[in-house]
Amino acid sequence: MRKITLWLMSTLSALVLLFSYPTSRNAAASSSVAAAAPTTTESGSGTTDSTDSATSQSPTGSATTDDTSSDATTESSTPSSSSTSSSSSDSSSSDAGTQTYAGDAVNTQWGLVQVQITVENGKITKSEVLQVPWSNHKDQEINSYAVPILNQETVDAQNSSIDMVSGATVTSVGYIQSLQSAIDQAHLS
Amino acid sequence: MTTTTLPLPTRPGPRAARAAQPAQPIQRRAFVEFIMGMPISLHVKAIDTSRTDIDQAAGNVFATLRKVDEVFSLWRADSELRRLQAGAVLAGECHPWQAEVLELCLGAEERTGGLFTAWRAAPGEVPAYDPTGVVKGWAIEQASALLRLVPGISFCLNAGGDMFVGFGAGMRGVAPSWSIGIEDPHQAGRIAATVEVVEGAVATSGTAARGSHIADPRTGEVVSRSGSTTVVGPDLVWADVWATAAFVDPAAVRDLMTERAPESSLTVL
Repeated sequence: MRKITLWLMSTLSALVLLFSYPTSRNAAASSSVAAAAPTTTESGSGTTDSTDSATSQSPTGSATTDDTSSDATTESSTPSSSSTSSSSSDSSSSDAGTQTYAGDAVNTQWGLVQVQITVENGKITKSEVLQVPWSNHKDQEINSYAVPILNQETVDAQNSSIDMVSGATVTSVGYIQSLQSAIDQAHLS
Repeated sequence: MTTTTLPLPTRPGPRAARAAQPAQPIQRRAFVEFIMGMPISLHVKAIDTSRTDIDQAAGNVFATLRKVDEVFSLWRADSELRRLQAGAVLAGECHPWQAEVLELCLGAEERTGGLFTAWRAAPGEVPAYDPTGVVKGWAIEQASALLRLVPGISFCLNAGGDMFVGFGAGMRGVAPSWSIGIEDPHQAGRIAATVEVVEGAVATSGTAARGSHIADPRTGEVVSRSGSTTVVGPDLVWADVWATAAFVDPAAVRDLMTERAPESSLTVL
């Protein structure tokens, strides 16, 4: 329940940004993240968005005051993830009309998520994920239709981390000698 | 393999999905049949793969594929498509699948700028309708729809090297991923690349397994180069179509895909 509340709070005071990976058909390989609202340029603390009652009650970044966040955030390279310096988002403005806002890192139940957006003449023109909740390459790959990772490993079917094999169309004859055939054999009941 | 995926960082999932989070080891079971002239490998991951509904679904998958073969095979003289081409069946009497696949074939040719075609033409010959390149992916999609109905499973349906990965009811966000190895086109039995898929299609075109069989629709000539092209995307029909087109002209297809299939990835080996 607390996680749901956290999630609601963060979305109330936040923008829900989609990852830049486009997908279709609700594919599980897609994901979306909730990002804390960007603070404005003149303020390093609190929020200046007075129209949003939720944010006035909960300073931006308060969603990180999860018990578990203390462990996670001490190791984090993102200062904003600390619950005490809750709204440390920095924004760097460049040209007139173009600004970037880094949201606070939000501690979701899956880990810290931080998103940066670029606003140009009032429109969001770009969003980037600065910090993602997964720590290894493998997890990251499953969040999009990934580009396969090249390797040089010679895979032995008997001792393989490969679940299935994709290759040029295998005929029934070629199948007998194929790696897929060996994998199938291991799982036939 | 008991790899589980990281739950998706979306809103908290439905209760069903949470309840389905496996506390027990995941079993894996394979079913293999030879249909449409190729091995069809269905692998299922579930907490209990001996469930009768999984058996039934697997049976339905293979029955569907056999029916597709009866309708579309160009190697069987008694297939509906062969009889249609011979004038023994009228278009209006055909299985509705014929129109559906024809539509896909026309769309594939258009979407790939003519780099994929279902009309095979050797130089100097009249083009002949051969929907095989679309039928395989389409058939696997049809069969996968049956597997999506089965609760609590994750599946991978591999038709001779092209596959669809998906999951059944209650598994969104908790379905395990599948490590798909892409075979080295230059060295059989060796895996050149791997990709993790929770839901989606992986299709590879090349000449390694059957020798040269992909023709350039622009010239009718068989593509002579070696290697392979792999597309990972949401849908097997299109992954297969793009992979075949990319084998003909990788550079052109890379550009086309950026515009027309931006969700998919292309790997050229």
